Amino acid sequence: MHFVVCIKQVPETTDVKINPETNTLIRDGVASVVNPFDVYAIEEAVRLKERVGGKVTAVTMGPPQAEAVLREAIAMGADAGILISDRAFAGSDTWATSYTLSAALRKIGDYSLILCGKQASDGDTAQVGPGIATHLNLPQITYVRKIEEIAEGRIVAERLLENGCESIESPLPCVLTVVKEINEPRLPSLKGKMAARKAAIPTWTAADIEADRKKLGLDGSPTKVVKIFTPPAREGGEVLQGEPHECARRLVELLKETIIAANA
Amino acid sequence: MSDPIWVLSDKCVGCKLCVKACPFGAIEMEGRLARIDLAKCTLCGACVAACRFEAIEMKQKAAADASDLAAYKDVWVFAEQTDGHVESITYELLGEGRKLADDLGMKLCAVLLGSQVQEQARKLIERGADYVHLVDRPELAYFQDEPYAAVLIDLIRRHKPNVVLSGATTIGRSLVARVAVSVNAGLTADCTGLAIDPETKNLLQTRPAFGGNIMATIITPNHRPQMATVRHKVMKEAVADPARQGQVLVEAIAGQILKSRTRRTAFVREKESTVNLAEANIIVSGGRGLQKPENFEILREFAEVVGAGVGASRAAVDANWIPYSHQVGQTGKTVCPKIYFACGISGQIQHLAGMSSAEIIVAINRDPDAPIFNIATYGIVGNALEILPLLTSEFRKALGK
Repeated sequence: MHFVVCIKQVPETTDVKINPETNTLIRDGVASVVNPFDVYAIEEAVRLKERVGGKVTAVTMGPPQAEAVLREAIAMGADAGILISDRAFAGSDTWATSYTLSAALRKIGDYSLILCGKQASDGDTAQVGPGIATHLNLPQITYVRKIEEIAEGRIVAERLLENGCESIESPLPCVLTVVKEINEPRLPSLKGKMAARKAAIPTWTAADIEADRKKLGLDGSPTKVVKIFTPPAREGGEVLQGEPHECARRLVELLKETIIAANA
Repeated sequence: MSDPIWVLSDKCVGCKLCVKACPFGAIEMEGRLARIDLAKCTLCGACVAACRFEAIEMKQKAAADASDLAAYKDVWVFAEQTDGHVESITYELLGEGRKLADDLGMKLCAVLLGSQVQEQARKLIERGADYVHLVDRPELAYFQDEPYAAVLIDLIRRHKPNVVLSGATTIGRSLVARVAVSVNAGLTADCTGLAIDPETKNLLQTRPAFGGNIMATIITPNHRPQMATVRHKVMKEAVADPARQGQVLVEAIAGQILKSRTRRTAFVREKESTVNLAEANIIVSGGRGLQKPENFEILREFAEVVGAGVGASRAAVDANWIPYSHQVGQTGKTVCPKIYFACGISGQIQHLAGMSSAEIIVAINRDPDAPIFNIATYGIVGNALEILPLLTSEFRKALGK
């Protein structure tokens, strides 16, 4: 089977601030990493390969330096990486991003299962996974916490819902988005790191994936960011003083009405 | 010119105004000429507006034909229901949707999909809907991605709504991401603020990014409908008015639309009734400071007395003290309760990303320098294991339990 993982390069921390004087994002010293949710998707793909055989391909769309996340995926056990990169992709929102990735997946062609992290830690939209499924007209199982069965042409996975957990059976190919609970990602092995260093990573442009230019980048993105700002900082309040039982009583006084109202 | 944005070298004077204006640090000076790093640029246009010399040009999308957009009317709310019970997020959306519809001079509509849910339509009208599109079919008894998406797509194509709102829930996010791609609509995730631009009548969608450290306002200028998912507990629930009148429009749907390639083979309800943290008004969360899994019982006891859901930090979940479904924070759930008790949680940035929008934050921690105190409304410096039983007994007395 061919497992394809779609991953994204993101800033290592979400602790980004806007410099109030220059109104710019302060990115100094912030490294780029694989989106933390995608690491679970990579791990799950590698485990599936170990379970049923096949190969794992990691795909990312981004600037040339995003190649680094593909090497990390290879270090974890992916067999190949493909960088989707073109200036025409600049300004893509989730519509255009999922379209671009789906065009690359069409070129790959023989995928059995497409895996994504549940969302990216910078944008937090959770829209690209279902977007890819829709562009490719594939079924989807989102928020997967466990793959129960996988066989030729069929998968059963557990989806985490707000009020419980459901098992869903889907034909293959389909798109999964996975949550952290699904596994504990491995650290790259020495062999994996060697493979990652040596791997030749092809870059596919808009022309290579035969994409419709009108659906790429700015032109293909219905949404537009008009303003970016820092939310007002939350300030610390009152630290209650005194013996523990005094603090407890004081807190009751402070919160009693709110708690009664919240439970009404 | 294949680049989407470019600097005109004959007009740029090297004043660096654009460098300052760029929120993404994407512009650098090369000698006396500004250079835009397309890898960092998001085409937000801040530099174009800031340049006094008209030296930066950006590819403009052809504006949509106004008459095309004018055909799209009314504000729709996807009415999420489980087992025939309308979820509270729906009432929050109706509260917000009512304002938007009034500002647009349009009607508010709820879209209700389910099986034997006719009676729920009345509730949606009481909460502000002018009319309800009802699709009542056995195939829609519970959420399934494909039939739900197909029905919503069909309704949108037939009726052309201007705005479509859904909760940023597991179901909402899975559903509308499919719908938006199919109907070629813009979709903004996880909004915490919505408003109508008085001039353009565009929906201004404000949402947190980077775990809440940055806010962005997003529009969909040339596509309709304008679609958004909205975070739980941010908007105020619409108050029910039993006297309100409205129409229930029963929609006929072609059978083939209801087909699903996926099939639910089992469903296990989470035993703990308080686990739906997104809906909880009060959350009591425990972290590493609880020291061992058994001590979560002390926390649970307190949670029960104050009627709270039980949350946890990543540290407690990773130590297998409590299941992942309780995890609050960047890799867990984002919550917005009235009161959040952080017990033995130091307040790592990843945890704060999931709970810092709570109305009141109470922090109990032994370390007076723990970052959680920087955002706590009320703090108690002390051992959570010692404080929690005191709180349990004091609140039990005060609440008459």
